[in-house]
This record gives sequence, C-alpha cells and structure tokens, in this order.
Amino acid sequence: MDETKENRFMKYLRRERLPNIFCAGCGIGIVMNTFFNGMEMAEVPLEEVVMASGIGCSSRIPGYVKCDSLHTTHGRPISFATGLKLANPEMNVVVFTGDGDAAAIGGNHLIHSARRNIDITVICINNSIYGMTGGQISPTSPQGSYATTAPYGALENPFDLSRLVTAAGASYVARWTTAHPLQLSKAIKKGLNNKGFSFIEVISQCHTYFGRKNRMGSPIDMLKWMKEESVVKRKADKMDESELEGKIIVGEFHNKPAPELSQINCKLLEDKCTAGKSSAFRSAYQGD
Amino acid sequence: MITLDKNLCKGCNICTEFCHQHVYEESLTLDKKGVYVPNPKNVERCTKCQICSLMCPDQAIEVEEDDED
Ligand code: SF4
Ligand code: SF4
Repeated sequence: MDETKENRFMKYLRRERLPNIFCAGCGIGIVMNTFFNGMEMAEVPLEEVVMASGIGCSSRIPGYVKCDSLHTTHGRPISFATGLKLANPEMNVVVFTGDGDAAAIGGNHLIHSARRNIDITVICINNSIYGMTGGQISPTSPQGSYATTAPYGALENPFDLSRLVTAAGASYVARWTTAHPLQLSKAIKKGLNNKGFSFIEVISQCHTYFGRKNRMGSPIDMLKWMKEESVVKRKADKMDESELEGKIIVGEFHNKPAPELSQINCKLLEDKCTAGKSSAFRSAYQGD
Repeated sequence: MITLDKNLCKGCNICTEFCHQHVYEESLTLDKKGVYVPNPKNVERCTKCQICSLMCPDQAIEVEEDDED
C-alpha cells in the first residue's frame, strides 16, 4: 500500500503486527489515536517517549508502538515507570493501564506515585470490567452493573478514580470518554507537558463484556451513551447528587503544578555529591 | 481523497456513525474476511475534519489534506 495513503498515525505503529488484537469497535484503538494526536500537539517526538504497561487489554498498546517499552507484571507498570523516570529523567514516561490493573492490584502504586508527583503520564482506560479474563467485576464497575462475577449486580461502591488520584496529590488529572476524541487529545497534550504526575482517565466501551452483560448494545450505542450521559465538571459542580446519578463527569479535575520528584532527586544528588559529577543518573546512556 | 484499508477494517461502522457529513455508507456485502467494510461514498461532502481517522479504532482510514480537484 502507498505509504502516503496510510493512516496518519501509521508511522508510529509496528505495521507488521496489525490489525490489532482488540475487538471490532473497541475503545482502546481510539485511545491509541488520541495519544498520538496529543503527542503531536505537545510536540513530543516519539523517540523521547518510553511506555510501560501492565496486564489487561489496554496494556497491549505499547506492543503496537515503535518506541521503547516495558510490558510488565499485573498492576506494576507505574512502579517500573518510576524506575525509568528516576534512571533517565529526560524521558517522557507514559503508562497505559486499565481499571483492573491500576485500581485493583496496582491501586497502591497508583496513589503513592500520585503522592510523589513523579513526572509520568498515566493513561487509564476505564471500561468498568475485566475484559481480557472474561468479564469480572472491577473496582470501577458501577453499583448494580452485571458481570460474570456479579450475576445479581455489583454490590460494592465503585472508585471514582479521578477524584481518588486528585486527593492523592497528582498535579494534573482529567477524565474524558472515547466519544470525546478531541478533548481527550488535548488532555493528553496537557498531561505530557505537565512536569509532574498526570492522570488521564478514559471511559471506554467494552461492548464484548460490559456491553453484553448490561445490555448496552453495539460499540456505536455505547459511544452514543457516553456522549449523552457526560456532564462537564464545571456544570456538574453546580448540580446536586440526585441529578448526577448515572452521569459521567468529564473535564479537568485538577491542574496545579507542584514540585516533582525526579527533579528534587537530581538536585539533591548534585548538592550532596562531593566526588565531582553525580554518577547515579543516566550512567547507562553515557557509557561510564 | 479518502483511503480505507480493507485489511485493517473490522467493520465496526464507527466512521459511518460519527462522520457528521455522512460520507460513509454501511456495506451490505461481506468481504472475504467476513467484514462489512463501509464505503466512503459521498467523498465530495468531506470537510477533512479528521474525526473518522481519529476515531477508527483500527487505523484503517486516511483522509488526505490536499486534494487535486
Ligand atoms: S471505523 Fe475503521 S474499523 Fe470501523 S468500520 Fe470504519 S474504517 Fe472500519
Ligand atoms: S474527515 Fe470528517 S467529514 Fe471527512 S469523512 Fe472523515 S469525519 Fe467525515
């Protein structure tokens, strides 16, 4: 195929591995596109990006991208990303994770990295269910929603991830859905440019499990539902709880620059190192 | 000019639904892979907003910026 007639993001992708593994109409492919779009808007070259992911459908993304990446263990991508950032603070470290990976098994890593405000960008694709393993309830499944492990509906309260991460100390937090690709691209751009912990939550359609179990129809039906049920944060702040039932609050939750861990760490090393130049950082890249 | 890669398309019709200009038309025939690949039939209506190429989960669409016509 003529290269000029390929999709504009194809140059970032490992062509030989496509078509991707995701179900037809899955939101994860849309998140991939919006990431590249946001990256171009932020003027970050792909060569300066390193990706880390855990386990789950969303964690398959880095495998398709032509950049350095780590496909790690379940729930731990943020820990690996922390190591990457501290070893080479010049890299743009991006984590792709899902609601199961980031909020259940990796929940502690998530809140502590937010607390440290380390400069990594976490893109959490929240489809409210475990897709890869057959449709089990996740910590973000809405109360009353059905899943293979909740035949009578989920009994527990779900996490509001964006609010959780804001409270934990992240400096940039936004939530959008796959039905808002332009706003989402812009949030990713801001997240990449923010020097600190950036958390971008993307509500996404898993029609294969969440959609089927909850009779929500096709990916198109789910995208329309997300669009219709979304309320921007500014408006939602003025509404009361009963009005917001079942709504998806989207927009910027937090945007306030704060001191960042890898810089603080670098500075400490420079200040305390008496042997001339500090050698703990970037040694692998300097050949010393 | 719109190019749709038939080898990548999975027939979800997100492009058909979300193009505000109704450029794409749902297909009624299966291709050899068992996919209903939409047809960008009304290309002349395209405003090059790039929503379809941004929303196609399979990177199957390219909307060329400069047209010859
Ligand atoms: S959005 Fe992409 S994969 Fe879906 S029908 Fe259109 S071209 Fe095919
Ligand atoms: S670029 Fe915009 S107008 Fe043109 S086909 Fe795509 S969605 Fe429709």
